[in-house]
Formats: sequence, structure tokens, C-alpha cells
Amino acid sequence: MWAPQQEKESVEVNDRSYDERVCDVLIIGAGGAGLRAAIESHDRGAKTLVVCKSLLGKAHTVMAEGGIAAALGNVDPKDSWEVHFSDTIVEGQHLSNWRIVEIFAKEAIERVYELERYGAVFDRTPAGKISQRPFGAHTYRRLCNIGDRTGLELIRTLQDQVVARGVPFMDEVMTTCLFRDPKTGRAAGALGIDIKTGKLLLFRARAIIIATGGSGRVYQVTSNSYESTGDGIGMAYRAGAELMDMEMIQFHPTGMIYPPGVRGMLVTEAVRGEGGILTNSEGERFMSKYDPKRMELSARDVVARSIYTEIMAGRGSKGGGVYLDISHKGADHIKKKLPSMYDQFLAFADIDITKDKMEVAPTVHYQMGGIRVDPETAESSVKGLYAAGEVASGLHGANRLGGNSLSDILVFGKRAGDAAAKSATAVDLPSVDSKEVEKEISRVLSPFSSTGSANPFHIKEEIASNMWAHVGIVRNAVDLEAGLVEIERLRKDAKGLKAVGPRAYNQSWTDSLQVLDMLLICEAMIRSALERKESRGAHTRSDFPAKDPKWLVNIITVQEDGKMVRRTVPVSTPPQELQRLIKEDD
Amino acid sequence: METHASAQPDQRKTIRLRILRGTGERTSSPHYDTFEVPREEGMVVLNAVHYIQSHLDPSLSIRWNCKAGRCGSCSAEINGRPQLMCKTRVDSIEGEITIEPMQAFPRLKDLVTDVTANWKVAATIPPFTPKANAGDIYTFYQADVDRSREFRRCIECFLCMDVCHVIREHEADYMGPRWVVKAASLDMHPMDGLNRSKFMKDAGGLGYCNITKCCQEICPEHIVITDDAIIPEKERVVDRHYDPILWVYRRLKGGATAGETK
Ligand SMILES: Cc1cc2nc3c(=O)[nH]c(=O)nc-3n(C[C@H](O)[C@H](O)[C@H](O)COP(=O)(O)OP(=O)(O)OC[C@H]3O[C@@H](n4cnc5c(N)ncnc54)[C@H](O)[C@@H]3O)c2cc1C
Ligand code: SF4
Ligand code: SF4
Ligand code: FES
Repeated sequence: MWAPQQEKESVEVNDRSYDERVCDVLIIGAGGAGLRAAIESHDRGAKTLVVCKSLLGKAHTVMAEGGIAAALGNVDPKDSWEVHFSDTIVEGQHLSNWRIVEIFAKEAIERVYELERYGAVFDRTPAGKISQRPFGAHTYRRLCNIGDRTGLELIRTLQDQVVARGVPFMDEVMTTCLFRDPKTGRAAGALGIDIKTGKLLLFRARAIIIATGGSGRVYQVTSNSYESTGDGIGMAYRAGAELMDMEMIQFHPTGMIYPPGVRGMLVTEAVRGEGGILTNSEGERFMSKYDPKRMELSARDVVARSIYTEIMAGRGSKGGGVYLDISHKGADHIKKKLPSMYDQFLAFADIDITKDKMEVAPTVHYQMGGIRVDPETAESSVKGLYAAGEVASGLHGANRLGGNSLSDILVFGKRAGDAAAKSATAVDLPSVDSKEVEKEISRVLSPFSSTGSANPFHIKEEIASNMWAHVGIVRNAVDLEAGLVEIERLRKDAKGLKAVGPRAYNQSWTDSLQVLDMLLICEAMIRSALERKESRGAHTRSDFPAKDPKWLVNIITVQEDGKMVRRTVPVSTPPQELQRLIKEDD
Repeated sequence: METHASAQPDQRKTIRLRILRGTGERTSSPHYDTFEVPREEGMVVLNAVHYIQSHLDPSLSIRWNCKAGRCGSCSAEINGRPQLMCKTRVDSIEGEITIEPMQAFPRLKDLVTDVTANWKVAATIPPFTPKANAGDIYTFYQADVDRSREFRRCIECFLCMDVCHVIREHEADYMGPRWVVKAASLDMHPMDGLNRSKFMKDAGGLGYCNITKCCQEICPEHIVITDDAIIPEKERVVDRHYDPILWVYRRLKGGATAGETK
């Protein structure tokens, strides 16, 4: 099993050759969405291949903490899919697609039980059922959890299922571009880099699922993984797919602020779910001013804005955040319910949260927008191209509820896998234009022949600090315009991006390619944010502070004739029987 | 050796890192590069390495993802001890910091090793197989959860594999500590109907482990690998009903049992 070092052949930096891989369904991404899609597609008999940029089992999903939302009603029997539906629509500020939310709320329940049958071990109620904890803006206790390690359990369980089924996968492969059949326009393939060796790969498939997760890494202060650079959004956009709601970025209310090296690291909402209290420098429990009814468990956008307001008003903590305290719950309870948080603060900040307060401030957490998809099949506006998970849009509207993402990735991962497998059996293998492949290879290899000396790690930092400074929690036209100017400047710098060293595991190369898509995504985010002249959910404009019914629209971003264009489409109203379910809080 | 540093660095303001470089390719000979990085309060080794990529040498290769000790990507040997770079505080180390890749696995480039052989092993372990009477919605209790939880914390950093002398010597027949933990996590699953101990002994080469306990000393998730996973798996072959945690639980609860032993 364990072979000693073997001498490998090296790949010349300008080597244009590639290996070809053909399958029915190509799945890009192995987070919860990609893995669940793989199981479905494989079980439906499609020849499936999964590729992912990080190692198998290390996708961003692994970090999810608090839980997975599904209306099992195990703790609060009054809960039902109908209430989950209403909570999601209301907290999404009515920007969600009602049909996507309906499917989600109904199917999340079965997906959780199915995950348990796959081998996940959830915390229990005294009666031996899956236990459920409270979370912000969920009417009932609804988050099924595994301590504060829900994502780890979810991804390991799905990974085991994929491995046991023998579904082929290639980890540490980064795709850079999607190809479409020149005649039919159907998605036909992708170019990839085998990161380990630096070799190029051409994937050809009858259907492609993008499950590449979010793009939180375009921000300086973020809870997101290294890999969350939005590649899938960039690739889909360049292939002509429609994006939606790109202005909607979730700032999680509580990220660590100290020490500087871990700034942005998530402090799970479960701390507040378990009774954590937020105070300002005056010792005031300030949430009573902003949402006296739900207090710390208000919606994320509300809590994040409240913290921001307190800090801006000079009532911040010493480190520039606010205080979060759970110590009153006692050491036993904390170590049992929040073991990772206990470890995290002890290891990184020398703080014992069973005794002392934490200092927290908002951190970029989740992207509500992304690839626009059909509710039933998760197909994008490009035929044969599907999207599921954080990379897709339509479920969370203007604000995502905690726990809704993990159920999202299971529900729509499965649906995408199902639909892609079905459509794959109905079509011939689409063709890929070899001229386009050659063009993409030239683009991909260009950082090696670059005469510039731009460092991609450095440019990434500049992108991130620009977005943090200009496209933050509270926005205005002046800042957004300045952000755009900066993106244009960085785009010029990026022309000089330089890859140094050999092809194998060369991050100066792979990161250079990511930078280009990050710039695209930032532009889409800023232009959409400029367009939406109102404040709604996570999108707050100081120059347009009110919510405006005129803006009950989704902003679509698409590439036309090489240009980024936008149009708005009204949010469709749910049918009467669903409309009746929606219970406005105020 | 290459030094990217000024002549007289102040150790209170900067940290000196020695990093083993090389690709494992025919043309590459491994060597150490030394870098001087500004010290920041509370910084971890991964922060220092990022500084190098961004300011001193963009050709340095590292594997990382979560930067929060959750994904198990950033495993390396820091001053000889297998650790996660993102969880190792710089201020916990006196003087110079030497970082080398895990030695048990073939090197890809610099600090990155090829761990893919693990997936082949993973595929051979009998997967979760629910008991015949499990039903569609499971009923089991928190005590059952608690006794399997320890093994389910594994983040697959493979540091235990790196420290294990059996694996280091490339003993082809031993699956290694991570995979014994996996088998234990399945065997301890309250609804699982299999017993993998015989399999682990026959196909997993469990006999090669001579209980040195090096693996459990370095596990970043504090899994007590040898005592809680390896030894019980070894002993379960002899007595199929040996379950130390349930046994303790029964004693504490005066005979109440939440699940059944297999
Ligand atoms: C700290 C933290 C805690 C969270 N806690 C919760 C929670 O408690 N509950 C909840 O519901 N949600 C939570 N979330 C959000 C949730 O974890 C994510 O939204 C969700 O896991 C996204 O899953 P995904 O499958 O869509 O994508 P990801 O898990 O992000 O996976 C993306 C995959 O795509 C691959 N990929 C990316 N680009 C490429 C490329 N170019 N080529 C090939 N592969 C590529 C990656 O390698 C990876 O395999 C949390 C998020 C964070 C950061
Ligand atoms: S206890 Fe066994 S598995 Fe662990 S390091 Fe020693 S020999 Fe290896
Ligand atoms: S058992 Fe511990 S050391 Fe081994 S892979 Fe798992 S987390 Fe890492
Ligand atoms: S980067 Fe994930 S464990 Fe270190």
C-alpha cells in the first residue's frame, strides 16, 4: 500500500499536450452538493466522474458547524415544511424563487433521514430521535446537528458512500473553462489542470454539474476556505450562463477578530443558539434595541448590521468588535455542545470561553447569488449545464438562514445528479471545438510565458482588501464606484501575472488563473450592488436606506458579445395555496 | 542554501523559517531555503508560510484549505513533529522553525505530499452496513452517539500515518492508524451490523502495530488512537463482545443499556 518515493517525469512548462477523459456526467466540485450529485448520478446508471480542486473530503463543506435545517419536528412537533417554507421566504426578503423554496422545504426532511441511513450519526433527543437546536430566525428548533461538526460528518458520510460505490473521482484537479458544442450550444466539456503533476486534462461529457461552492475569498475578512474563489461562477459566466443576485453577500455576524492571523474565522451561530449574549463596550445587551423579540437569534443580516452599527457608534470592544459571552452556561455544557469553539478560542486566542467573553465582528460567509437555475432540474440557462449548492442561486434570496445551506446542497445536489443523469442518456456525446481547446490552453499556460512579475497571492490580497473596503455591509454609490475603479486597475496588473517554478503543484500558476475569475465576480457583485437602489436583506445602501417594493426583482448578469450586461426580472409570486403559508413577522 | 533575509534579523520582530524544498522529480535535489518573516501577534506557522508566498517566493508550494484546523490539509513536520501548520502557533516555538513535508508519503513539491494511496485503502474497508432491523428512521440514544463520536472526529490529516514507524518503513501490509480509526468508527456505529475486527487483522495487517502509541500522541483531534481504536479492534477478535465504553456506561448507569453489542 505504502510505496516509497518514486522518480516522476516532469512536465515542461510549455507542454500543450493533454489527456482526454470521457464520461456521461462530469461533476465539478466535491463538497456536499457535488458528492450528493455523484451518488445520484451513479445510482441512475450514468458513467460519472467527480473532479475537485482540493483533496477529497476537504471541501469547504467540512467546516460547517451549527447544523442542517429540516422540519423534522422532533423537538417542536408543530414544525412543518410549510413553516420552514415561510421562514425562508420571509427572511430572504421575498427575493427567493418560491418553487425552489417549496422543493427545498419539503425534500430537506427526507434528505436528512437519508443521510442518517448513509451512516451519519446525529445528536439525539431523549427519545432517541435526531435532535434539533434553535437557530436565528427559524420559528422552531430545526437544526439537526452533530455537536458543532455537522459539516465534517456530512462530507465524510457522503465521501464514504462515493468511495464504497466506486464512483471515479480525481481530486486536486482544477477546471478552468467550460466548452459548448458549437452546433447545439450544449455543455460539452471542460479543461482541467491536474494540480499534482501540472498536466492538462480535457473532460468530455454529456452533462456537467457545477458544484464549486462560493466565492467568499474575494473578501479580506472571511470564514471561507482557500478554494472558495468562485471559479464555477466564472466558468459558467464565460460559457454564457446567467448569474443572479450577485449583490447578495452574507456577512456572518460573528467572526473572530483576534489574533490578526485568524481574523474572520467563524464563531458559529450555535453559540447564540445555545444562549450566547452579545454586549457592547458599555455592557449593554444591544440587540434589545434592534430586535427586542428575537434578540441574539434575529436574522443574520439584522445581527450583522446591529454589530456594525454599535462598532461605528464607538461602542465597540477593545479589539474593534463586540463581546459574545456563553460562560454562564457552564463548562460542561459548553464543552459538550460547542467543543470546536472551545478548542478554537483556546488554541488560537488563549481564551477559555467557559470563563471569558469572546470578541467578535462580522465576517464574509456566504454567497446567496450565483448561477441561475431551473427549480425542478437545477439546469442553468446553458443546456446540459447544471449547478447545485452555494454556486447556484434562487433559494436564499436576500439573506440565507443558518442551516439552510447544508440541506440545500443535499436537496439540489440530488436533483442535479438525477436530472443530469437522465439528460445524459438522451443525448449523443456533444462535440468540443478543438480550436477553442487550443485557445484555452494558450490562456491557461500564459502565466508561464508572461513577461510581467505580478504575484497572484499579492493581487488576491489586494482584491480582498478592496472588496472589504468598498463593498462591505453598508454600501453607497461612491464607495462602489471606487471599488470598480480599483478592480479595473487590478485587472491591468493581472496582465502581468507570472507563474514561477515547474508545473507540478504550482500555486503561483493555479492562483493566477483564479485571480482572473475573481476579478470577474467582483465586477458582477459591484455592478449588481450599484444597480439595486434600495436596502434589502444583506444588501444595505446608506444612500438608499429603505426597502422599496419596486425592487422585488432579481438582477441577472450575463455576458453578451463579450460584455457584462444586466437585466432585471420580477420575482414570481407563489400560487395562492403557498402564498397563504407565508407568515410575516411584523 | 538560499537566504531571503537581511544580515542581522531581530528575533523578536522576525521569525526565521527553514523550509525543505524539492519536487521528487529526477532533476530535483531536496534542499533547505531560509526565510525571514515579520512576527505578528498570535500568528500560526501557516500565516508565516503565506507571507513567504506573497512577499518572498511565490514558487513555494503548500497544501491548505480551511486555515482553521478543520480540513486536515496542511499537515507537515514542524521541527520534526508532525503537526497542522494552521494550528501551530509560532510563539509556541523557540528560535528557528524548520518545516518539512510528511516523510511517510511520496513528495510532490516542497511541503506537499501525495496521499492518494489512502483512497485505495479506504475503498477496501467494508462500508457502513445497517442492521437488518434498522428501519427507515433510526432510533438510538445519545450514549450510543457519544461512544462513536471520538472516532468520527478524524479530519484525515494523516499525521498519525506519518508518525507511525510501520508506515514510514513502507510496510505494504498494514493499513495504518487512520484506517483502524475508520474501522472503529464503523464498528461503533449504533446501527451498523458488521464487525470489522477480523478483517482488520487479516486484510488490514493490524498485527504489525506494536502499540508504540506515537500516533495517539500527535493526533490533532485528540483521538486516543491506540488505546481506544487499535487495542479494542485487536481484542475484539478474541472477544467479539468487548466494548470498553459501553461497559463503562453500563456500570455507571447501573445496567441500563442504550444499544446492543455486536
Ligand atoms: C465556517 C463555516 C461554517 C458553516 N456552517 C454552516 C452550518 O452550520 N449550516 C449550514 O447550512 N451551512 C453552513 N455553512 C455554509 C456551508 O458550509 C456551505 O455553503 C456549503 O458547504 C457549500 O457546499 P457546496 O457543496 O456548495 O460547496 P463546497 O463545499 O464549497 O465545495 C466546493 C467544491 O468545488 C471544488 N472546486 C472549486 N473550484 C473548482 C475548480 N475550479 N475545479 C475543480 N473543483 C473546484 C472544491 O474543491 C470543492 O470540492 C458554513 C460555512 C462556513 C465557512
Ligand atoms: S501505535 Fe501502532 S499505529 Fe500507532 S504509531 Fe505505533 S505502531 Fe503505528
Ligand atoms: S486519527 Fe487523528 S492524526 Fe490520524 S488522520 Fe485522523 S485526525 Fe489525523
Ligand atoms: S488548512 Fe485545514 S487543517 Fe490546516
